[in-house]
Amino acid sequence: MDEASVRATAALPGIPRDEDGPVFREPWEAQAFAMALALHARGLFTWNEWAAALAREIKRAQAAGDPDTGETYYRHWLATLENLVAEKGVASSDTQHRYREAWDHAADRTPHGQPIELTPADFG
Amino acid sequence: MTDHDHDHHHHDHDHSELSETELRVRALETILTEKGYVEPAALDAIIQAYETRIGPHNGAQVVAKAWTDPAFKQALLDDATKAVSTLGHVSRVGDHLVAVENTPQRHNMVVCTLCSCYPWEMLGLPPVWYKAAPYRSRAVKDPRGVLADFGVSLPKETEIRVWDSTAETRFLVLPMRPEGTEGWSEQQLAELVTRDSMIGTGFPKTPGAPS
Repeated sequence: MDEASVRATAALPGIPRDEDGPVFREPWEAQAFAMALALHARGLFTWNEWAAALAREIKRAQAAGDPDTGETYYRHWLATLENLVAEKGVASSDTQHRYREAWDHAADRTPHGQPIELTPADFG
Repeated sequence: MTDHDHDHHHHDHDHSELSETELRVRALETILTEKGYVEPAALDAIIQAYETRIGPHNGAQVVAKAWTDPAFKQALLDDATKAVSTLGHVSRVGDHLVAVENTPQRHNMVVCTLCSCYPWEMLGLPPVWYKAAPYRSRAVKDPRGVLADFGVSLPKETEIRVWDSTAETRFLVLPMRPEGTEGWSEQQLAELVTRDSMIGTGFPKTPGAPS
Protein backbone atom coordinates (compact mmCIF):
# COMPACT_ATOMS: atom_id res chain seq x y z
CA MET A 1 0.00 0.00 0.00
CA ASP A 2 1.26 3.47 -0.73
CA GLU A 3 1.40 6.11 1.96
CA ALA A 4 -1.80 7.93 0.91
CA SER A 5 -3.75 4.69 1.10
CA VAL A 6 -2.30 3.83 4.50
CA ARG A 7 -3.38 7.22 5.83
CA ALA A 8 -6.81 6.90 4.23
CA THR A 9 -7.50 3.47 5.70
CA ALA A 10 -6.24 4.58 9.09
CA ALA A 11 -8.61 7.56 8.97
CA LEU A 12 -11.53 5.35 7.98
CA PRO A 13 -11.85 2.49 10.44
CA GLY A 14 -15.04 1.07 8.87
CA ILE A 15 -13.45 0.28 5.52
CA PRO A 16 -13.81 -3.38 4.40
CA ARG A 17 -10.34 -4.89 4.75
CA ASP A 18 -8.27 -7.89 5.71
CA GLU A 19 -4.90 -7.94 7.46
CA ASP A 20 -3.18 -6.58 4.35
CA GLY A 21 -5.48 -3.64 3.69
CA PRO A 22 -8.68 -2.74 1.82
CA VAL A 23 -10.54 -5.35 -0.23
CA PHE A 24 -13.11 -4.68 -2.93
CA ARG A 25 -15.99 -6.85 -4.07
CA GLU A 26 -16.30 -5.27 -7.49
CA PRO A 27 -14.17 -3.01 -9.70
CA TRP A 28 -16.45 0.01 -9.25
CA GLU A 29 -15.76 -0.06 -5.50
CA ALA A 30 -12.05 0.39 -6.18
CA GLN A 31 -12.84 3.18 -8.65
CA ALA A 32 -14.91 4.99 -6.03
CA PHE A 33 -12.14 4.46 -3.46
CA ALA A 34 -9.55 5.85 -5.89
CA MET A 35 -11.65 8.96 -6.63
CA ALA A 36 -11.91 9.79 -2.93
CA LEU A 37 -8.14 9.37 -2.52
CA ALA A 38 -7.49 11.61 -5.52
CA LEU A 39 -9.92 14.32 -4.36
CA HIS A 40 -8.41 14.23 -0.88
CA ALA A 41 -4.94 14.58 -2.38
CA ARG A 42 -6.21 17.61 -4.29
CA GLY A 43 -7.41 19.12 -1.01
CA LEU A 44 -11.15 19.03 -1.71
CA PHE A 45 -11.73 17.65 1.79
CA THR A 46 -9.85 16.41 4.83
CA TRP A 47 -10.25 12.83 6.05
CA ASN A 48 -12.07 14.13 9.13
CA GLU A 49 -14.51 15.91 6.89
CA TRP A 50 -14.89 12.82 4.74
CA ALA A 51 -15.42 10.53 7.74
CA ALA A 52 -18.14 12.82 9.10
CA ALA A 53 -19.92 12.98 5.73
CA LEU A 54 -19.70 9.21 5.32
CA ALA A 55 -21.02 8.65 8.85
CA ARG A 56 -23.99 10.92 8.07
CA GLU A 57 -24.70 8.96 4.90
CA ILE A 58 -24.52 5.61 6.72
CA LYS A 59 -26.78 6.88 9.47
CA ARG A 60 -29.29 8.11 6.91
CA ALA A 61 -29.20 4.75 5.11
CA GLN A 62 -29.60 2.82 8.35
CA ALA A 63 -32.60 4.93 9.26
CA ALA A 64 -34.03 3.93 5.88
CA GLY A 65 -33.49 0.24 6.70
CA ASP A 66 -30.00 -0.49 5.35
CA PRO A 67 -28.41 -3.40 7.28
CA ASP A 68 -24.90 -1.94 6.79
CA THR A 69 -23.28 -5.36 6.67
CA GLY A 70 -20.26 -4.19 4.71
CA GLU A 71 -21.86 -5.28 1.44
CA THR A 72 -23.32 -1.82 1.09
CA TYR A 73 -20.34 0.11 2.43
CA TYR A 74 -19.17 1.38 -0.95
CA ARG A 75 -22.69 2.36 -1.95
CA HIS A 76 -22.60 4.79 0.98
CA TRP A 77 -19.09 5.76 -0.06
CA LEU A 78 -20.29 6.62 -3.56
CA ALA A 79 -23.27 8.61 -2.23
CA THR A 80 -20.85 10.53 0.03
CA LEU A 81 -18.65 11.34 -2.95
CA GLU A 82 -21.65 12.62 -4.90
CA ASN A 83 -22.82 14.73 -1.96
CA LEU A 84 -19.42 16.30 -1.36
CA VAL A 85 -18.87 16.98 -5.06
CA ALA A 86 -22.19 18.87 -5.06
CA GLU A 87 -21.63 20.62 -1.68
CA LYS A 88 -18.15 21.81 -2.68
CA GLY A 89 -19.57 23.31 -5.86
CA VAL A 90 -17.68 21.00 -8.22
CA ALA A 91 -20.84 19.75 -9.94
CA SER A 92 -24.48 19.98 -8.92
CA SER A 93 -26.60 16.88 -8.58
CA ASP A 94 -28.41 17.96 -11.77
CA THR A 95 -25.13 17.91 -13.65
CA GLN A 96 -24.27 14.53 -12.17
CA HIS A 97 -27.65 13.25 -13.28
CA ARG A 98 -27.09 14.53 -16.83
CA TYR A 99 -23.77 12.70 -17.09
CA ARG A 100 -25.38 9.52 -15.79
CA GLU A 101 -28.06 9.71 -18.48
CA ALA A 102 -25.39 10.34 -21.10
CA TRP A 103 -23.45 7.22 -20.04
CA ASP A 104 -26.68 5.25 -20.15
CA HIS A 105 -27.25 6.50 -23.68
CA ALA A 106 -23.68 5.60 -24.66
CA ALA A 107 -24.14 2.06 -23.33
CA ASP A 108 -27.41 1.71 -25.23
CA ARG A 109 -25.92 2.60 -28.59
CA THR A 110 -22.72 0.57 -28.11
CA PRO A 111 -22.92 -2.89 -29.66
CA HIS A 112 -22.21 -5.67 -27.23
CA GLY A 113 -18.52 -6.49 -27.30
CA GLN A 114 -17.26 -2.95 -27.92
CA PRO A 115 -15.74 -0.64 -25.33
CA ILE A 116 -18.26 1.98 -24.20
CA GLU A 117 -17.16 5.54 -24.89
CA LEU A 118 -18.91 8.81 -24.13
CA THR A 119 -19.35 11.34 -26.96
CA PRO A 120 -20.96 14.82 -27.00
CA ALA A 121 -23.92 13.34 -28.93
CA ASP A 122 -24.81 11.28 -25.85
CA PHE A 123 -25.92 14.46 -24.07
CA GLY A 124 -29.36 14.61 -25.69
CA MET B 1 -27.90 -20.29 -10.35
CA THR B 2 -31.66 -19.79 -10.60
CA ASP B 3 -33.62 -19.75 -13.84
CA HIS B 4 -34.29 -16.11 -13.34
CA ASP B 5 -30.60 -15.27 -13.14
CA HIS B 6 -29.95 -17.39 -16.15
CA ASP B 7 -32.46 -15.44 -18.20
CA HIS B 8 -31.00 -12.21 -17.00
CA HIS B 9 -27.57 -13.17 -18.29
CA HIS B 10 -28.85 -13.76 -21.77
CA HIS B 11 -31.06 -10.81 -22.47
CA ASP B 12 -30.11 -7.84 -24.60
CA HIS B 13 -27.07 -9.21 -26.30
CA ASP B 14 -27.38 -6.57 -29.01
CA HIS B 15 -26.17 -3.65 -26.91
CA SER B 16 -24.13 -2.94 -23.81
CA GLU B 17 -25.48 -2.37 -20.37
CA LEU B 18 -24.15 -0.62 -17.29
CA SER B 19 -25.71 -1.00 -13.86
CA GLU B 20 -27.10 2.05 -12.08
CA THR B 21 -24.03 2.05 -9.82
CA GLU B 22 -21.62 1.80 -12.75
CA LEU B 23 -23.39 4.73 -14.41
CA ARG B 24 -22.93 6.82 -11.28
CA VAL B 25 -19.25 5.97 -11.01
CA ARG B 26 -18.58 6.69 -14.67
CA ALA B 27 -20.54 9.96 -14.50
CA LEU B 28 -18.54 11.14 -11.50
CA GLU B 29 -15.23 10.14 -13.02
CA THR B 30 -16.01 11.95 -16.27
CA ILE B 31 -17.04 15.13 -14.47
CA LEU B 32 -14.00 15.14 -12.18
CA THR B 33 -11.69 14.49 -15.12
CA GLU B 34 -13.23 17.21 -17.30
CA LYS B 35 -12.98 19.71 -14.48
CA GLY B 36 -9.39 18.77 -13.83
CA TYR B 37 -9.95 17.40 -10.33
CA VAL B 38 -8.58 13.96 -11.12
CA GLU B 39 -6.22 12.47 -13.68
CA PRO B 40 -7.36 9.16 -15.17
CA ALA B 41 -3.76 7.94 -15.01
CA ALA B 42 -3.60 8.73 -11.29
CA LEU B 43 -6.84 6.82 -10.68
CA ASP B 44 -5.49 3.89 -12.69
CA ALA B 45 -2.35 3.90 -10.56
CA ILE B 46 -4.36 3.72 -7.33
CA ILE B 47 -6.58 0.96 -8.69
CA GLN B 48 -3.58 -0.94 -10.00
CA ALA B 49 -2.09 -0.99 -6.52
CA TYR B 50 -5.18 -2.95 -5.43
CA GLU B 51 -5.76 -5.01 -8.56
CA THR B 52 -5.09 -8.29 -6.78
CA ARG B 53 -7.60 -7.39 -4.08
CA ILE B 54 -10.66 -6.84 -6.22
CA GLY B 55 -13.26 -9.49 -6.91
CA PRO B 56 -13.50 -13.17 -6.04
CA HIS B 57 -10.75 -14.39 -8.39
CA ASN B 58 -12.59 -17.55 -9.33
CA GLY B 59 -10.16 -18.26 -12.13
CA ALA B 60 -7.30 -19.27 -9.83
CA GLN B 61 -9.53 -21.83 -8.12
CA VAL B 62 -10.68 -23.19 -11.47
CA VAL B 63 -7.09 -23.60 -12.66
CA ALA B 64 -5.96 -25.20 -9.39
CA LYS B 65 -8.81 -27.70 -9.56
CA ALA B 66 -7.97 -28.58 -13.16
CA TRP B 67 -4.37 -29.25 -12.07
CA THR B 68 -5.42 -31.69 -9.36
CA ASP B 69 -8.54 -33.32 -10.83
CA PRO B 70 -8.11 -34.87 -14.30
CA ALA B 71 -11.86 -35.43 -14.76
CA PHE B 72 -12.56 -31.77 -14.00
CA LYS B 73 -9.78 -30.71 -16.35
CA GLN B 74 -11.29 -32.74 -19.19
CA ALA B 75 -14.74 -31.32 -18.44
CA LEU B 76 -13.27 -27.80 -18.42
CA LEU B 77 -11.64 -28.25 -21.82
CA ASP B 78 -14.81 -29.83 -23.23
CA ASP B 79 -17.19 -27.14 -21.97
CA ALA B 80 -15.77 -24.54 -19.61
CA THR B 81 -19.12 -22.86 -18.97
CA LYS B 82 -20.64 -26.11 -17.76
CA ALA B 83 -17.57 -27.19 -15.78
CA VAL B 84 -17.27 -23.86 -13.97
CA SER B 85 -20.99 -23.84 -13.14
CA THR B 86 -20.56 -27.18 -11.29
CA LEU B 87 -18.25 -25.36 -8.85
CA GLY B 88 -21.19 -23.26 -7.75
CA HIS B 89 -19.66 -19.94 -8.69
CA VAL B 90 -22.31 -17.39 -9.31
CA SER B 91 -20.70 -15.50 -12.09
CA ARG B 92 -22.01 -13.73 -15.14
CA VAL B 93 -18.82 -14.61 -17.00
CA GLY B 94 -19.71 -18.28 -17.01
CA ASP B 95 -21.46 -17.85 -20.35
CA HIS B 96 -19.52 -18.79 -23.48
CA LEU B 97 -16.33 -19.47 -21.59
CA VAL B 98 -13.64 -21.47 -23.39
CA ALA B 99 -10.57 -22.86 -21.62
CA VAL B 100 -7.42 -23.26 -23.70
CA GLU B 101 -4.61 -25.41 -22.38
CA ASN B 102 -0.94 -24.51 -22.46
CA THR B 103 1.36 -27.40 -23.30
CA PRO B 104 5.07 -27.63 -24.10
CA GLN B 105 3.99 -27.48 -27.76
CA ARG B 106 1.54 -24.61 -27.54
CA HIS B 107 1.24 -21.38 -25.57
CA ASN B 108 -2.06 -19.48 -25.56
CA MET B 109 -2.52 -15.76 -25.17
CA VAL B 110 -5.75 -13.76 -25.03
CA VAL B 111 -6.56 -10.30 -26.34
CA CYS B 112 -9.84 -8.59 -25.66
CA THR B 113 -11.82 -5.51 -26.61
CA LEU B 114 -12.48 -4.81 -22.93
CA CYS B 115 -16.17 -4.38 -23.42
CA SER B 116 -18.43 -4.18 -20.41
CA CYS B 117 -18.30 -7.97 -20.06
CA TYR B 118 -14.58 -8.36 -19.41
CA PRO B 119 -14.45 -11.40 -17.11
CA TRP B 120 -12.96 -9.71 -14.05
CA GLU B 121 -14.65 -12.18 -11.70
CA MET B 122 -12.53 -14.95 -13.19
CA LEU B 123 -9.34 -13.11 -13.96
CA GLY B 124 -9.24 -10.12 -11.67
CA LEU B 125 -8.93 -6.63 -13.10
CA PRO B 126 -7.31 -6.20 -16.49
CA PRO B 127 -3.85 -4.67 -16.43
CA VAL B 128 -3.66 -1.09 -17.67
CA TRP B 129 -1.63 -1.99 -20.77
CA TYR B 130 -4.34 -4.44 -21.79
CA LYS B 131 -6.57 -1.48 -22.63
CA ALA B 132 -4.11 -0.05 -25.11
CA ALA B 133 -4.87 -0.52 -28.81
CA PRO B 134 -1.17 -1.06 -29.66
CA TYR B 135 -1.04 -4.08 -27.35
CA ARG B 136 -3.95 -5.61 -29.14
CA SER B 137 -2.65 -5.16 -32.67
CA ARG B 138 0.91 -6.10 -31.79
CA ALA B 139 -0.22 -9.20 -29.92
CA VAL B 140 -1.78 -10.45 -33.13
CA LYS B 141 1.13 -9.52 -35.40
CA ASP B 142 4.09 -10.24 -33.13
CA PRO B 143 3.01 -12.34 -30.14
CA ARG B 144 6.55 -13.53 -29.42
CA GLY B 145 7.77 -9.95 -29.24
CA VAL B 146 4.96 -8.92 -26.92
CA LEU B 147 5.64 -11.88 -24.66
CA ALA B 148 9.34 -11.02 -24.61
CA ASP B 149 8.40 -7.53 -23.39
CA PHE B 150 6.67 -9.18 -20.46
CA GLY B 151 9.74 -11.26 -19.75
CA VAL B 152 8.09 -14.41 -21.04
CA SER B 153 10.40 -16.41 -23.23
CA LEU B 154 9.28 -19.64 -24.81
CA PRO B 155 11.25 -22.30 -26.63
CA LYS B 156 11.40 -21.61 -30.38
CA GLU B 157 9.45 -24.77 -31.14
CA THR B 158 6.50 -23.72 -28.95
CA GLU B 159 3.67 -22.45 -31.11
CA ILE B 160 1.86 -19.32 -29.88
CA ARG B 161 -1.88 -19.08 -30.42
CA VAL B 162 -3.60 -15.72 -29.95
CA TRP B 163 -7.29 -15.76 -29.05
CA ASP B 164 -9.49 -12.74 -29.56
CA SER B 165 -12.17 -12.40 -26.90
CA THR B 166 -15.50 -11.19 -28.16
CA ALA B 167 -18.85 -10.55 -26.58
CA GLU B 168 -19.79 -14.13 -27.42
CA THR B 169 -16.68 -15.95 -26.29
CA ARG B 170 -14.25 -15.38 -23.48
CA PHE B 171 -11.07 -17.32 -22.98
CA LEU B 172 -9.35 -18.64 -19.92
CA VAL B 173 -5.80 -19.87 -20.38
CA LEU B 174 -5.08 -23.03 -18.43
CA PRO B 175 -1.37 -22.63 -17.66
CA MET B 176 0.97 -25.57 -17.10
CA ARG B 177 1.25 -26.69 -13.49
CA PRO B 178 4.60 -25.58 -12.06
CA GLU B 179 7.25 -28.20 -11.34
CA GLY B 180 7.83 -29.07 -7.72
CA THR B 181 4.19 -28.87 -6.62
CA GLU B 182 3.51 -32.60 -6.27
CA GLY B 183 1.09 -33.26 -3.45
CA TRP B 184 0.04 -29.62 -3.09
CA SER B 185 -3.54 -28.86 -2.15
CA GLU B 186 -5.88 -26.97 -4.46
CA GLN B 187 -5.71 -24.03 -2.07
CA GLN B 188 -1.89 -23.93 -2.15
CA LEU B 189 -1.89 -24.25 -5.93
CA ALA B 190 -4.47 -21.48 -6.37
CA GLU B 191 -2.02 -19.11 -4.67
CA LEU B 192 0.40 -19.66 -7.55
CA VAL B 193 -2.10 -18.75 -10.27
CA THR B 194 -1.66 -15.16 -11.38
CA ARG B 195 -3.96 -13.09 -13.55
CA ASP B 196 -1.27 -12.79 -16.20
CA SER B 197 -0.89 -16.57 -16.35
CA MET B 198 -4.62 -16.86 -17.14
CA ILE B 199 -4.40 -14.41 -20.04
CA GLY B 200 -1.16 -15.92 -21.28
CA THR B 201 1.19 -13.01 -20.68
CA GLY B 202 2.89 -14.66 -17.72
CA PHE B 203 3.54 -17.94 -15.97
CA PRO B 204 2.19 -19.12 -12.62
CA LYS B 205 4.39 -18.28 -9.65
CA THR B 206 7.18 -20.73 -8.92
CA PRO B 207 7.03 -22.62 -5.62
CA GLY B 208 9.24 -21.02 -3.01
CA ALA B 209 9.73 -17.79 -4.94
CA PRO B 210 8.81 -14.63 -3.02
CA SER B 211 5.30 -13.50 -3.94
